[in-house]
Amino acid sequence: MAVLDIISSILLLLGVFFGISGAMGLFRFPDFFTRVHASSVTDTLAAMLIIGGLLLQTSFDLNTAKLLFILLFLMVTSPTASHALAKSARHGGLLTLPESRSDQKES
Amino acid sequence: MAEFIDLVLLAMLAITALRIIFLKDLFAVVMLFGIYSFLSALIFVSLDAVDVAFTEASVGAGISTVLMLGTLALTGRTEKENQHSSLLPLVVVVVTGAALIYGTLDMPPFGAADNPIHEHVAPRYIEESPKEVGLPNMVTSVLASYRGFDTMGETVVVFSAAIGVLSLLGVRRRKENESAESGLMEHRVLHVIAKLVIPMIILFALYVQFHGDFGPGGGFQAGVIAAAAFILYSLVFGLPRAFAVVSPTVLRYLAAFGVLLYAGVGVVSMLKGGHFLDYNVLAANPISGQHYGIIIIELGVGITVFAVMLSIFYAFGSQAERSDIK
Repeated sequence: MAVLDIISSILLLLGVFFGISGAMGLFRFPDFFTRVHASSVTDTLAAMLIIGGLLLQTSFDLNTAKLLFILLFLMVTSPTASHALAKSARHGGLLTLPESRSDQKES
Repeated sequence: MAEFIDLVLLAMLAITALRIIFLKDLFAVVMLFGIYSFLSALIFVSLDAVDVAFTEASVGAGISTVLMLGTLALTGRTEKENQHSSLLPLVVVVVTGAALIYGTLDMPPFGAADNPIHEHVAPRYIEESPKEVGLPNMVTSVLASYRGFDTMGETVVVFSAAIGVLSLLGVRRRKENESAESGLMEHRVLHVIAKLVIPMIILFALYVQFHGDFGPGGGFQAGVIAAAAFILYSLVFGLPRAFAVVSPTVLRYLAAFGVLLYAGVGVVSMLKGGHFLDYNVLAANPISGQHYGIIIIELGVGITVFAVMLSIFYAFGSQAERSDIK
């Protein structure tokens, strides 16, 4: 049991680390697309790690199944949400930082 | 530890509320309202009120965010500059706040065992409801059986909200050739994922609806979740195709049907010789009568909430589509 506890806490801590680094990226990165990139990649990873850590804490019952369903749902929806966000930003005419800089030089 | 978590959550709640007051960008305000609701849901979870937390997360953070975004599409996203002096409102707020704080001085100490709330009806529910109603989830017993009148009132309130919104806005049906651009037609990833996710959401709504007797959940949450599935459909595939699946007329009948189903259980129990909404007489055995009654009225609540939420979204959405054309 103790081995599982140690693995689970390592997973949880890693998840927290990636969650925090995603939040930092969301604040510190310069433009919209890098920010979405930071938050989406780390968010999905953090969710997987945290739920993986929680899975090891269950005793293989209904809670395990529920957590697996949540994991599946997040793995499908979270990248889709970021994709939709980035695509509609692009569709609405938002430029990346290098693009907007070169625009300014030309004009 | 639990108190520390509560304190952090309450502090985040206060920060969010302050930010909401000072922001002028209404789009960000709506998003902050969603965060606010999620934070209150977390506080409810840490207070062990999972049913309330579930309602707060699905209604507060889910549907009302979508409906407020729909409103923003009609009104524009910046707040108007306030021309009036803010002195009088400040005085009113300070006086009200002072009165409220003065009122809290008379309250019994927080969490004390002999508080009135722990001595009035709550012990009776906890002791008697397993014998009288027999549901594992006591919240559903209280909500649907002991407080059946209140819940019926809430359902009627939801229903009349729909009447209000629909009489103000109305759902505009547009002809097929007018609305070629609606929906995210070019967005293939969203189409695939939506087709994958929508059945899961509806299945989850049904689970919440019928499992509400045993775990957290019930008609209100289930109706909102089912409505969310259809809202997702109409956002991705466009309103006209959503109208083809569930038309606004059907929704209007469904909203009334849910309330009538609820009240009908009451009438049937009167016809069977009991009081209004007295489920004991619905079956030979009082406990099975309670179970029948609760399942049927929760279904009525779920149908009404689903129909009302979706038709309010239809009303906002069809108006916003119209205002896009310039």
